[in-house]
Amino acid sequence: MDTKHKWTPYYFLALPSLMLLIFVYVPIFQNIGLSFYQWNPFMEGKNYIGFQNFINLFKDPIFYTALKNNILYVIISVVFQVGGGLIVAAILEDTVIRKLSPVFRTIYFIPAVISTIVIAILFDFIYNPQIGLLNEFLNLVGLDQLTKAWLGDSTTAIFAVIAVSQWKSIGYIAIFFIIAIQNIPNELYEAAELDGAGRINKFIHITVPRVKEITFVTTAVTVCEAFTVFNEPYMLTGGGPGDSSQVLSTYIYKAAFTNNEMGYAATISTILLIITLIFSIVQLWLFRSGKEE
Amino acid sequence: MYNNKTLVNPKKPSLKKTIGLITVYTFLIGYLLIVLYPLFWMVISSFKDTSEIFRSVWALPEKWLFQNFIDAWNNGIAEYFVNSIIVTSVSVILTVFLGALGAFGLSRFKFRGQNILLIVTMGSLMVSPQISLIPLYELMQSFGLYDSLWALILPYIAYRLPFTLLLIRGFFLSIPKDYEEAAFIDGYNIYQVFFYLFIPMSLPILCTAAIMSAYFSWNEFLFAIVFINSDSLRTIPAGLLQFRGVLETNWGVLLAGLTISAIPIISLFLFMQKYFLRGLAGGGVKG
Repeated sequence: MDTKHKWTPYYFLALPSLMLLIFVYVPIFQNIGLSFYQWNPFMEGKNYIGFQNFINLFKDPIFYTALKNNILYVIISVVFQVGGGLIVAAILEDTVIRKLSPVFRTIYFIPAVISTIVIAILFDFIYNPQIGLLNEFLNLVGLDQLTKAWLGDSTTAIFAVIAVSQWKSIGYIAIFFIIAIQNIPNELYEAAELDGAGRINKFIHITVPRVKEITFVTTAVTVCEAFTVFNEPYMLTGGGPGDSSQVLSTYIYKAAFTNNEMGYAATISTILLIITLIFSIVQLWLFRSGKEE
Repeated sequence: MYNNKTLVNPKKPSLKKTIGLITVYTFLIGYLLIVLYPLFWMVISSFKDTSEIFRSVWALPEKWLFQNFIDAWNNGIAEYFVNSIIVTSVSVILTVFLGALGAFGLSRFKFRGQNILLIVTMGSLMVSPQISLIPLYELMQSFGLYDSLWALILPYIAYRLPFTLLLIRGFFLSIPKDYEEAAFIDGYNIYQVFFYLFIPMSLPILCTAAIMSAYFSWNEFLFAIVFINSDSLRTIPAGLLQFRGVLETNWGVLLAGLTISAIPIISLFLFMQKYFLRGLAGGGVKG
Protein backbone atom coordinates (compact mmCIF):
# COMPACT_ATOMS: atom_id res chain seq x y z
CA MET A 1 0.00 0.00 0.00
CA ASP A 2 2.81 2.40 0.80
CA THR A 3 4.41 2.17 -2.64
CA LYS A 4 1.10 2.36 -4.47
CA HIS A 5 0.19 5.51 -2.54
CA LYS A 6 3.41 7.41 -2.91
CA TRP A 7 1.70 10.77 -3.41
CA THR A 8 -1.66 10.13 -1.78
CA PRO A 9 -0.73 11.29 1.77
CA TYR A 10 0.32 14.64 0.34
CA TYR A 11 -3.10 15.07 -1.28
CA PHE A 12 -4.74 14.50 2.07
CA LEU A 13 -2.40 16.88 3.84
CA ALA A 14 -2.16 19.64 1.24
CA LEU A 15 -5.12 21.77 2.35
CA PRO A 16 -4.62 21.41 6.13
CA SER A 17 -0.91 22.26 5.78
CA LEU A 18 -1.70 25.23 3.58
CA MET A 19 -4.10 26.62 6.19
CA LEU A 20 -1.50 26.31 8.95
CA LEU A 21 1.17 27.81 6.76
CA ILE A 22 -0.82 30.87 5.65
CA PHE A 23 -2.60 31.74 8.88
CA VAL A 24 -0.36 30.40 11.65
CA TYR A 25 3.27 30.04 10.62
CA VAL A 26 3.91 32.73 8.02
CA PRO A 27 2.33 35.50 10.18
CA ILE A 28 4.65 34.65 13.09
CA PHE A 29 7.72 35.33 10.97
CA GLN A 30 6.11 38.31 9.27
CA ASN A 31 5.38 39.76 12.68
CA ILE A 32 9.04 39.52 13.70
CA GLY A 33 9.97 41.33 10.50
CA LEU A 34 7.32 44.01 11.05
CA SER A 35 8.79 44.83 14.48
CA PHE A 36 11.60 46.65 12.70
CA TYR A 37 9.33 49.08 10.87
CA GLN A 38 7.37 52.16 11.75
CA TRP A 39 4.06 52.86 10.02
CA ASN A 40 0.41 53.67 10.57
CA PRO A 41 -2.65 52.37 8.72
CA PHE A 42 -3.09 55.63 6.79
CA MET A 43 0.34 55.91 5.21
CA GLU A 44 1.79 54.33 2.09
CA GLY A 45 4.72 52.02 2.73
CA LYS A 46 6.69 51.47 5.93
CA ASN A 47 9.87 52.99 7.36
CA TYR A 48 12.66 50.66 8.40
CA ILE A 49 13.88 51.84 11.80
CA GLY A 50 16.03 48.94 13.01
CA PHE A 51 15.76 48.22 16.72
CA GLN A 52 14.17 51.58 17.56
CA ASN A 53 10.81 49.98 18.48
CA PHE A 54 12.54 47.64 20.90
CA ILE A 55 14.52 50.48 22.45
CA ASN A 56 11.35 52.52 22.90
CA LEU A 57 9.54 49.53 24.34
CA PHE A 58 12.17 48.89 26.99
CA LYS A 59 11.83 52.53 28.08
CA ASP A 60 8.04 52.43 28.07
CA PRO A 61 6.53 52.37 31.59
CA ILE A 62 3.21 51.02 30.27
CA PHE A 63 5.04 47.99 28.91
CA TYR A 64 6.32 47.21 32.41
CA THR A 65 2.87 47.76 33.93
CA ALA A 66 1.45 45.33 31.38
CA LEU A 67 4.18 42.79 32.03
CA LYS A 68 3.66 43.08 35.80
CA ASN A 69 -0.09 42.61 35.35
CA ASN A 70 0.49 39.53 33.19
CA ILE A 71 2.77 38.06 35.84
CA LEU A 72 0.11 38.76 38.50
CA TYR A 73 -2.40 37.12 36.19
CA VAL A 74 -0.18 34.04 35.87
CA ILE A 75 0.49 33.65 39.59
CA ILE A 76 -3.10 34.15 40.71
CA SER A 77 -4.45 31.93 37.93
CA VAL A 78 -2.09 29.08 38.72
CA VAL A 79 -2.94 29.22 42.43
CA PHE A 80 -6.71 29.47 41.96
CA GLN A 81 -7.29 27.49 38.78
CA VAL A 82 -4.72 24.71 39.10
CA GLY A 83 -4.54 24.60 42.92
CA GLY A 84 -8.22 25.37 43.46
CA GLY A 85 -9.29 23.14 40.58
CA LEU A 86 -7.38 20.22 42.05
CA ILE A 87 -8.93 20.72 45.49
CA VAL A 88 -12.44 21.05 44.07
CA ALA A 89 -11.88 17.90 42.00
CA ALA A 90 -10.53 15.95 44.98
CA ILE A 91 -13.54 16.92 47.09
CA LEU A 92 -16.00 16.04 44.34
CA GLU A 93 -14.37 12.66 43.77
CA ASP A 94 -14.47 11.77 47.45
CA THR A 95 -16.72 8.78 48.10
CA VAL A 96 -18.89 10.75 50.53
CA ILE A 97 -19.82 13.35 47.92
CA ARG A 98 -19.80 11.15 44.83
CA LYS A 99 -23.55 10.84 44.45
CA LEU A 100 -24.06 14.61 44.20
CA SER A 101 -20.80 15.39 42.47
CA PRO A 102 -22.14 15.30 38.87
CA VAL A 103 -24.52 18.12 39.80
CA PHE A 104 -21.80 20.28 41.37
CA ARG A 105 -19.37 19.49 38.58
CA THR A 106 -21.84 20.50 35.88
CA ILE A 107 -22.79 23.76 37.59
CA TYR A 108 -19.15 24.69 38.29
CA PHE A 109 -18.44 24.18 34.61
CA ILE A 110 -21.22 26.48 33.36
CA PRO A 111 -19.19 29.77 33.46
CA ALA A 112 -16.67 28.19 31.09
CA VAL A 113 -19.28 27.73 28.35
CA ILE A 114 -20.71 31.25 28.50
CA SER A 115 -19.17 33.85 26.18
CA THR A 116 -16.63 35.99 27.98
CA ILE A 117 -18.43 39.11 26.72
CA VAL A 118 -21.61 38.06 28.54
CA ILE A 119 -19.62 37.41 31.70
CA ALA A 120 -17.73 40.70 31.36
CA ILE A 121 -20.84 42.84 30.97
CA LEU A 122 -22.49 40.95 33.83
CA PHE A 123 -19.50 41.58 36.11
CA ASP A 124 -19.48 45.21 35.06
CA PHE A 125 -22.88 45.32 36.77
CA ILE A 126 -21.68 43.31 39.75
CA TYR A 127 -18.73 45.68 40.30
CA ASN A 128 -20.86 48.77 39.70
CA PRO A 129 -20.29 51.20 42.58
CA GLN A 130 -23.99 52.19 42.91
CA ILE A 131 -26.00 49.07 42.22
CA GLY A 132 -23.30 46.39 42.12
CA LEU A 133 -24.03 43.13 43.90
CA LEU A 134 -20.52 43.08 45.37
CA ASN A 135 -20.84 46.41 47.20
CA GLU A 136 -24.44 45.66 48.16
CA PHE A 137 -23.29 42.36 49.61
CA LEU A 138 -20.48 44.03 51.55
CA ASN A 139 -22.99 46.54 52.94
CA LEU A 140 -25.31 43.71 53.88
CA VAL A 141 -22.66 41.89 55.93
CA GLY A 142 -21.46 45.13 57.52
CA LEU A 143 -18.19 45.55 55.65
CA ASP A 144 -19.18 48.96 54.29
CA GLN A 145 -15.65 50.32 54.55
CA LEU A 146 -14.50 47.84 51.89
CA THR A 147 -16.90 49.04 49.20
CA LYS A 148 -15.33 50.82 46.27
CA ALA A 149 -15.48 51.35 42.52
CA TRP A 150 -13.68 48.09 41.84
CA LEU A 151 -13.01 48.63 38.15
CA GLY A 152 -12.61 52.40 38.37
CA ASP A 153 -9.87 52.39 41.00
CA SER A 154 -6.38 51.92 39.61
CA THR A 155 -5.26 49.91 42.63
CA THR A 156 -8.05 47.33 42.42
CA ALA A 157 -8.89 47.25 38.69
CA ILE A 158 -6.47 44.51 37.66
CA PHE A 159 -7.45 42.31 40.61
CA ALA A 160 -11.13 42.74 39.84
CA VAL A 161 -10.38 41.68 36.27
CA ILE A 162 -8.30 38.69 37.33
CA ALA A 163 -11.07 37.59 39.71
CA VAL A 164 -13.51 37.33 36.80
CA SER A 165 -11.13 34.99 34.98
CA GLN A 166 -10.94 32.79 38.06
CA TRP A 167 -14.72 32.71 38.34
CA LYS A 168 -14.86 31.60 34.71
CA SER A 169 -12.15 28.95 34.73
CA ILE A 170 -11.84 27.08 38.05
CA GLY A 171 -14.63 24.66 37.16
CA TYR A 172 -13.13 24.14 33.72
CA ILE A 173 -9.70 23.17 35.07
CA ALA A 174 -11.34 21.04 37.79
CA ILE A 175 -12.84 18.82 35.07
CA PHE A 176 -9.35 17.83 33.89
CA PHE A 177 -8.44 16.81 37.43
CA ILE A 178 -11.72 14.94 37.88
CA ILE A 179 -10.97 12.87 34.77
CA ALA A 180 -7.45 12.20 36.05
CA ILE A 181 -8.61 11.26 39.55
CA GLN A 182 -11.20 8.88 38.10
CA ASN A 183 -8.36 7.06 36.37
CA ILE A 184 -6.54 6.38 39.66
CA PRO A 185 -7.09 2.71 40.60
CA ASN A 186 -9.43 2.50 43.57
CA GLU A 187 -7.29 -0.21 45.18
CA LEU A 188 -4.65 2.39 46.02
CA TYR A 189 -7.11 4.30 48.18
CA GLU A 190 -8.45 1.13 49.73
CA ALA A 191 -4.96 -0.04 50.62
CA ALA A 192 -4.23 3.35 52.18
CA GLU A 193 -7.46 3.17 54.15
CA LEU A 194 -6.41 -0.22 55.50
CA ASP A 195 -3.21 1.42 56.67
CA GLY A 196 -5.35 3.97 58.47
CA ALA A 197 -4.62 6.95 56.21
CA GLY A 198 -7.00 9.89 56.53
CA ARG A 199 -8.42 12.03 53.73
CA ILE A 200 -5.63 14.59 53.75
CA ASN A 201 -2.96 11.91 53.74
CA LYS A 202 -4.62 10.10 50.85
CA PHE A 203 -4.82 13.38 48.97
CA ILE A 204 -1.13 14.21 49.50
CA HIS A 205 0.31 10.73 49.02
CA ILE A 206 -1.93 9.22 46.35
CA THR A 207 -3.94 11.86 44.50
CA VAL A 208 -1.28 14.55 44.08
CA PRO A 209 1.49 12.28 42.69
CA ARG A 210 -0.99 10.48 40.44
CA VAL A 211 -2.26 13.66 38.80
CA LYS A 212 1.20 15.07 38.17
CA GLU A 213 0.94 14.79 34.41
CA ILE A 214 -2.38 16.61 34.15
CA THR A 215 -1.05 19.21 36.59
CA PHE A 216 1.73 19.98 34.15
CA VAL A 217 -0.70 20.19 31.25
CA THR A 218 -3.20 22.44 33.06
CA THR A 219 -0.40 24.63 34.41
CA ALA A 220 0.97 25.01 30.90
CA VAL A 221 -2.46 25.93 29.54
CA THR A 222 -3.17 28.33 32.41
CA VAL A 223 0.21 30.09 32.19
CA CYS A 224 -0.13 30.47 28.42
CA GLU A 225 -3.69 31.81 28.72
CA ALA A 226 -2.73 34.23 31.48
CA PHE A 227 0.15 35.60 29.43
CA THR A 228 -1.95 36.09 26.31
CA VAL A 229 -5.22 37.09 28.01
CA PHE A 230 -7.12 39.77 26.11
CA ASN A 231 -10.86 39.44 26.55
CA GLU A 232 -11.43 40.07 30.25
CA PRO A 233 -9.17 43.14 30.63
CA TYR A 234 -10.26 44.63 27.31
CA MET A 235 -13.96 44.19 28.01
CA LEU A 236 -13.96 45.16 31.68
CA THR A 237 -11.57 48.11 31.84
CA GLY A 238 -10.05 48.53 28.39
CA GLY A 239 -6.72 48.58 30.23
CA GLY A 240 -7.70 51.55 32.37
CA PRO A 241 -8.01 53.56 34.45
CA GLY A 242 -4.88 55.24 33.13
CA ASP A 243 -3.33 52.04 31.74
CA SER A 244 -3.25 50.54 35.25
CA SER A 245 -4.87 47.27 34.17
CA GLN A 246 -3.17 47.01 30.78
CA VAL A 247 -1.82 43.55 29.85
CA LEU A 248 0.44 42.77 26.90
CA SER A 249 -2.39 41.72 24.57
CA THR A 250 -4.55 44.75 25.30
CA TYR A 251 -1.49 46.94 24.86
CA ILE A 252 -0.89 45.38 21.43
CA TYR A 253 -4.46 46.29 20.52
CA LYS A 254 -4.13 49.80 21.91
CA ALA A 255 -0.81 50.45 20.16
CA ALA A 256 -2.18 49.21 16.84
CA PHE A 257 -5.75 50.46 16.72
CA THR A 258 -5.90 53.39 19.16
CA ASN A 259 -2.42 54.88 18.80
CA ASN A 260 -2.02 53.70 15.16
CA GLU A 261 1.56 52.58 15.82
CA MET A 262 1.42 49.29 13.94
CA GLY A 263 5.16 48.55 14.11
CA TYR A 264 5.23 49.18 17.84
CA ALA A 265 2.31 46.76 18.26
CA ALA A 266 4.20 44.14 16.25
CA THR A 267 7.17 44.65 18.58
CA ILE A 268 5.04 43.95 21.66
CA SER A 269 3.74 40.83 19.86
CA THR A 270 7.30 39.69 19.25
CA ILE A 271 8.10 40.07 22.95
CA LEU A 272 4.93 38.14 23.80
CA LEU A 273 5.99 35.42 21.35
CA ILE A 274 9.42 35.17 23.01
CA ILE A 275 7.84 34.96 26.49
CA THR A 276 5.38 32.23 25.48
CA LEU A 277 8.15 30.32 23.66
CA ILE A 278 10.41 30.41 26.73
CA PHE A 279 7.57 29.20 28.92
CA SER A 280 6.62 26.43 26.47
CA ILE A 281 10.21 25.20 26.36
CA VAL A 282 10.62 25.34 30.13
CA GLN A 283 7.36 23.50 30.59
CA LEU A 284 8.19 20.85 28.00
CA TRP A 285 11.51 20.34 29.73
CA LEU A 286 9.90 20.13 33.18
CA PHE A 287 7.26 17.77 31.79
CA ARG A 288 9.93 15.49 30.30
CA SER A 289 11.99 15.35 33.47
CA GLY A 290 8.80 14.85 35.49
CA LYS A 291 7.95 11.86 33.32
CA GLU A 292 11.36 10.25 33.63
CA GLU A 293 11.29 10.17 37.41
CA MET B 1 -14.97 -5.84 49.30
CA TYR B 2 -17.50 -3.58 50.95
CA ASN B 3 -17.83 -5.90 53.93
CA ASN B 4 -14.11 -5.74 54.39
CA LYS B 5 -14.18 -2.00 54.46
CA THR B 6 -16.95 -1.78 57.03
CA LEU B 7 -15.13 -4.26 59.24
CA VAL B 8 -12.00 -2.20 59.35
CA ASN B 9 -13.67 1.18 59.29
CA PRO B 10 -16.98 0.83 61.10
CA LYS B 11 -19.49 3.53 60.18
CA LYS B 12 -19.81 5.46 63.40
CA PRO B 13 -20.92 9.01 62.76
CA SER B 14 -18.24 10.68 64.84
CA LEU B 15 -18.32 14.39 65.65
CA LYS B 16 -15.13 14.99 63.69
CA LYS B 17 -16.66 13.42 60.62
CA THR B 18 -19.85 15.47 60.86
CA ILE B 19 -17.89 18.71 61.20
CA GLY B 20 -15.76 17.72 58.24
CA LEU B 21 -18.82 16.99 56.16
CA ILE B 22 -20.46 20.29 57.10
CA THR B 23 -17.29 22.19 56.18
CA VAL B 24 -17.09 20.44 52.82
CA TYR B 25 -20.75 21.07 52.01
CA THR B 26 -20.48 24.71 53.09
CA PHE B 27 -17.57 25.11 50.72
CA LEU B 28 -19.31 23.33 47.84
CA ILE B 29 -22.59 25.17 48.26
CA GLY B 30 -20.82 28.50 48.80
CA TYR B 31 -18.96 28.06 45.53
CA LEU B 32 -22.18 26.93 43.87
CA LEU B 33 -23.87 30.18 44.91
CA ILE B 34 -20.92 32.27 43.71
CA VAL B 35 -21.33 30.62 40.30
CA LEU B 36 -25.11 30.57 40.07
CA TYR B 37 -26.21 33.76 41.81
CA PRO B 38 -24.77 36.22 39.26
CA LEU B 39 -26.43 34.24 36.46
CA PHE B 40 -29.71 34.13 38.36
CA TRP B 41 -29.45 37.87 38.95
CA MET B 42 -28.82 38.42 35.23
CA VAL B 43 -31.98 36.51 34.32
CA ILE B 44 -34.30 38.17 36.84
CA SER B 45 -32.93 41.66 36.20
CA SER B 46 -33.46 41.21 32.48
CA PHE B 47 -37.20 41.46 33.23
CA LYS B 48 -36.84 44.81 35.04
CA ASP B 49 -36.48 48.35 33.77
CA THR B 50 -33.46 50.49 34.58
CA SER B 51 -35.01 52.42 37.47
CA GLU B 52 -36.18 49.21 39.10
CA ILE B 53 -32.70 47.68 38.82
CA PHE B 54 -31.48 50.83 40.54
CA ARG B 55 -34.13 50.82 43.27
CA SER B 56 -34.20 47.18 44.24
CA VAL B 57 -31.14 45.23 43.24
CA TRP B 58 -32.02 41.97 44.98
CA ALA B 59 -35.78 41.74 44.56
CA LEU B 60 -37.74 39.85 41.94
CA PRO B 61 -39.27 42.06 39.23
CA GLU B 62 -42.49 43.84 40.23
CA LYS B 63 -43.75 43.38 36.70
CA TRP B 64 -42.10 40.87 34.35
CA LEU B 65 -41.14 42.91 31.28
CA PHE B 66 -40.97 40.39 28.45
CA GLN B 67 -40.79 43.41 26.17
CA ASN B 68 -37.07 43.70 27.09
CA PHE B 69 -36.38 40.49 25.22
CA ILE B 70 -38.29 41.62 22.13
CA ASP B 71 -36.41 44.94 22.19
CA ALA B 72 -33.05 43.25 22.58
CA TRP B 73 -33.80 40.85 19.75
CA ASN B 74 -34.89 43.65 17.41
CA ASN B 75 -32.05 46.00 18.38
CA GLY B 76 -29.30 43.90 16.83
CA ILE B 77 -29.15 40.61 18.70
CA ALA B 78 -31.08 38.86 15.89
CA GLU B 79 -28.51 39.99 13.33
CA TYR B 80 -25.55 39.05 15.52
CA PHE B 81 -27.11 35.64 16.04
CA VAL B 82 -27.41 35.01 12.30
CA ASN B 83 -23.80 36.08 11.71
CA SER B 84 -22.56 33.90 14.54
CA ILE B 85 -24.50 30.93 13.21
CA ILE B 86 -23.05 31.38 9.70
CA VAL B 87 -19.48 31.86 10.92
CA THR B 88 -19.69 29.00 13.39
CA SER B 89 -21.32 26.44 11.10
CA VAL B 90 -19.09 27.13 8.08
CA SER B 91 -15.89 27.14 10.12
CA VAL B 92 -16.89 24.04 12.10
CA ILE B 93 -17.75 21.99 9.00
CA LEU B 94 -14.54 22.98 7.24
CA THR B 95 -12.38 22.52 10.36
CA VAL B 96 -13.69 19.02 10.97
CA PHE B 97 -13.40 18.07 7.30
CA LEU B 98 -9.84 19.38 6.93
CA GLY B 99 -8.96 17.90 10.32
CA ALA B 100 -10.21 14.49 9.22
CA LEU B 101 -8.30 14.75 5.92
CA GLY B 102 -5.09 15.65 7.71
CA ALA B 103 -5.63 13.02 10.39
CA PHE B 104 -6.10 10.36 7.71
CA GLY B 105 -2.92 11.45 5.94
CA LEU B 106 -0.95 11.45 9.19
CA SER B 107 -2.24 8.13 10.49
CA ARG B 108 -2.59 5.73 7.53
CA PHE B 109 0.60 6.30 5.55
CA LYS B 110 4.34 6.33 5.97
CA PHE B 111 5.96 9.06 3.93
CA ARG B 112 8.77 11.57 3.78
CA GLY B 113 8.21 14.58 5.99
CA GLN B 114 5.63 12.81 8.14
CA ASN B 115 7.33 13.58 11.43
CA ILE B 116 7.97 17.17 10.47
CA LEU B 117 4.30 17.67 9.63
CA LEU B 118 3.29 16.10 12.92
CA ILE B 119 5.66 18.35 14.89
CA VAL B 120 4.48 21.40 12.92
CA THR B 121 0.89 20.55 13.80
CA MET B 122 1.66 20.02 17.47
CA GLY B 123 3.78 23.16 17.59
CA SER B 124 0.95 25.29 16.30
CA LEU B 125 -1.11 24.28 19.35
CA MET B 126 1.13 26.60 21.32
CA VAL B 127 0.73 29.61 19.05
CA SER B 128 -1.83 32.07 20.30
CA PRO B 129 -3.63 34.21 17.73
CA GLN B 130 -2.78 37.48 19.54
CA ILE B 131 0.81 37.24 18.39
CA SER B 132 -0.14 37.33 14.72
CA LEU B 133 -2.75 40.08 14.99
CA ILE B 134 -0.87 42.73 12.96
CA PRO B 135 0.28 40.50 10.04
CA LEU B 136 -3.17 38.85 9.86
CA TYR B 137 -4.80 42.28 9.78
CA GLU B 138 -2.59 43.22 6.83
CA LEU B 139 -3.22 39.83 5.20
CA MET B 140 -6.99 40.27 5.41
CA GLN B 141 -6.72 43.69 3.80
CA SER B 142 -4.45 42.54 0.99
CA PHE B 143 -6.68 39.50 0.28
CA GLY B 144 -9.70 41.80 0.23
CA LEU B 145 -11.26 39.77 3.03
CA TYR B 146 -11.27 42.54 5.63
CA ASP B 147 -14.79 43.31 6.86
CA SER B 148 -16.28 40.08 5.51
CA LEU B 149 -17.28 36.94 7.39
CA TRP B 150 -14.43 35.06 5.64
CA ALA B 151 -11.98 37.19 7.62
CA LEU B 152 -13.26 35.32 10.67
CA ILE B 153 -14.00 31.91 9.17
CA LEU B 154 -10.53 31.31 7.67
CA PRO B 155 -8.44 32.10 10.77
CA TYR B 156 -10.93 30.24 12.99
CA ILE B 157 -10.37 27.14 10.86
CA ALA B 158 -6.60 27.55 10.92
CA TYR B 159 -6.37 28.04 14.69
CA ARG B 160 -8.75 25.17 15.51
CA LEU B 161 -7.21 22.80 12.97
CA PRO B 162 -4.22 21.52 15.00
CA PHE B 163 -6.32 20.42 17.97
CA THR B 164 -9.04 18.93 15.75
CA LEU B 165 -6.55 17.08 13.58
CA LEU B 166 -4.70 15.57 16.53
CA LEU B 167 -7.94 14.59 18.26
CA ILE B 168 -9.21 12.77 15.15
CA ARG B 169 -5.79 11.27 14.44
CA GLY B 170 -5.80 9.73 17.91
CA PHE B 171 -9.02 7.95 17.00
CA PHE B 172 -7.88 6.92 13.49
CA LEU B 173 -4.75 5.35 14.96
CA SER B 174 -6.97 3.02 16.98
CA ILE B 175 -8.71 1.66 13.85
CA PRO B 176 -7.02 -1.64 12.84
CA LYS B 177 -5.43 -1.89 9.40
CA ASP B 178 -7.59 -4.96 8.62
CA TYR B 179 -10.59 -2.73 8.04
CA GLU B 180 -9.14 -0.85 5.13
CA GLU B 181 -7.43 -3.94 3.71
CA ALA B 182 -10.79 -5.71 3.63
CA ALA B 183 -12.25 -2.64 1.92
CA PHE B 184 -9.47 -2.66 -0.70
CA ILE B 185 -10.28 -6.31 -1.45
CA ASP B 186 -13.89 -5.26 -1.94
CA GLY B 187 -12.65 -2.84 -4.61
CA TYR B 188 -12.69 0.44 -2.63
CA ASN B 189 -10.00 2.97 -3.49
CA ILE B 190 -8.28 5.00 -0.79
CA TYR B 191 -10.68 7.95 -1.09
CA GLN B 192 -13.70 5.69 -0.78
CA VAL B 193 -12.08 4.14 2.30
CA PHE B 194 -11.81 7.63 3.77
CA PHE B 195 -15.33 8.80 2.90
CA TYR B 196 -17.35 5.60 3.29
CA LEU B 197 -15.44 3.79 6.00
CA PHE B 198 -13.46 6.17 8.21
CA ILE B 199 -15.87 9.12 8.31
CA PRO B 200 -18.92 7.08 9.34
CA MET B 201 -16.87 5.04 11.82
CA SER B 202 -15.57 8.11 13.60
CA LEU B 203 -18.79 10.13 13.84
CA PRO B 204 -18.69 10.37 17.67
CA ILE B 205 -15.19 11.82 17.73
CA LEU B 206 -16.03 14.13 14.80
CA CYS B 207 -19.00 15.31 16.83
CA THR B 208 -16.73 16.03 19.79
CA ALA B 209 -14.32 17.91 17.54
CA ALA B 210 -17.22 19.89 16.07
CA ILE B 211 -18.51 20.93 19.48
CA MET B 212 -15.07 22.05 20.62
CA SER B 213 -14.63 24.14 17.47
CA ALA B 214 -18.12 25.55 17.67
CA TYR B 215 -17.41 26.68 21.22
CA PHE B 216 -14.30 28.50 20.01
CA SER B 217 -15.93 30.17 16.98
CA TRP B 218 -19.03 31.19 18.91
CA ASN B 219 -17.00 32.97 21.59
CA GLU B 220 -13.96 34.32 19.73
CA PHE B 221 -13.62 38.04 20.33
CA LEU B 222 -10.29 39.58 19.26
CA PHE B 223 -10.48 38.78 15.53
CA ALA B 224 -14.19 39.55 15.65
CA ILE B 225 -13.55 43.16 16.69
CA VAL B 226 -10.43 43.70 14.56
CA PHE B 227 -11.34 42.11 11.21
CA ILE B 228 -14.96 43.27 11.07
CA ASN B 229 -15.95 46.89 10.79
CA SER B 230 -19.62 46.92 9.71
CA ASP B 231 -22.17 46.59 12.45
CA SER B 232 -24.29 44.33 10.21
CA LEU B 233 -21.50 41.72 10.04
CA ARG B 234 -20.75 41.45 13.76
CA THR B 235 -20.90 38.14 15.57
CA ILE B 236 -22.42 37.90 19.05
CA PRO B 237 -19.30 38.70 21.14
CA ALA B 238 -18.37 41.80 19.14
CA GLY B 239 -22.03 42.69 18.70
CA LEU B 240 -22.76 42.64 22.41
CA LEU B 241 -19.97 45.10 23.00
CA GLN B 242 -21.56 47.40 20.44
CA PHE B 243 -24.95 46.71 22.00
CA ARG B 244 -23.67 47.81 25.41
CA GLY B 245 -22.43 51.06 23.90
CA VAL B 246 -25.78 51.80 22.25
CA LEU B 247 -27.88 50.84 25.28
CA GLU B 248 -25.78 52.71 27.83
CA THR B 249 -28.78 53.43 30.05
CA ASN B 250 -31.27 50.75 29.07
CA TRP B 251 -30.03 48.10 31.45
CA GLY B 252 -32.99 45.76 31.35
CA VAL B 253 -32.74 45.39 27.58
CA LEU B 254 -28.96 44.95 27.80
CA LEU B 255 -29.37 42.19 30.39
CA ALA B 256 -32.06 40.60 28.22
CA GLY B 257 -29.54 40.57 25.37
CA LEU B 258 -27.00 38.85 27.63
CA THR B 259 -29.59 36.30 28.71
CA ILE B 260 -30.57 35.55 25.12
CA SER B 261 -26.91 34.99 24.28
CA ALA B 262 -26.11 32.81 27.27
CA ILE B 263 -29.12 30.54 27.62
CA PRO B 264 -28.83 28.60 24.30
CA ILE B 265 -25.19 27.77 25.01
CA ILE B 266 -25.86 26.71 28.59
CA SER B 267 -28.72 24.44 27.49
CA LEU B 268 -26.68 23.02 24.61
CA PHE B 269 -23.89 22.25 27.07
CA LEU B 270 -26.27 20.55 29.49
CA PHE B 271 -27.56 18.30 26.69
CA MET B 272 -24.22 17.63 24.99
CA GLN B 273 -22.09 17.34 28.12
CA LYS B 274 -20.87 13.87 27.19
CA TYR B 275 -19.25 15.03 23.93
CA PHE B 276 -17.85 18.14 25.55
CA LEU B 277 -16.19 16.26 28.36
CA ARG B 278 -14.80 13.67 25.97
CA GLY B 279 -13.21 16.47 23.98
CA LEU B 280 -11.59 17.79 27.15
CA ALA B 281 -10.35 14.33 28.09
CA GLY B 282 -8.86 13.91 24.62
CA GLY B 283 -7.41 17.41 24.70
CA GLY B 284 -5.88 16.78 28.09
CA VAL B 285 -3.98 13.81 26.75
CA LYS B 286 -2.78 15.64 23.67
CA GLY B 287 -2.34 19.19 24.98
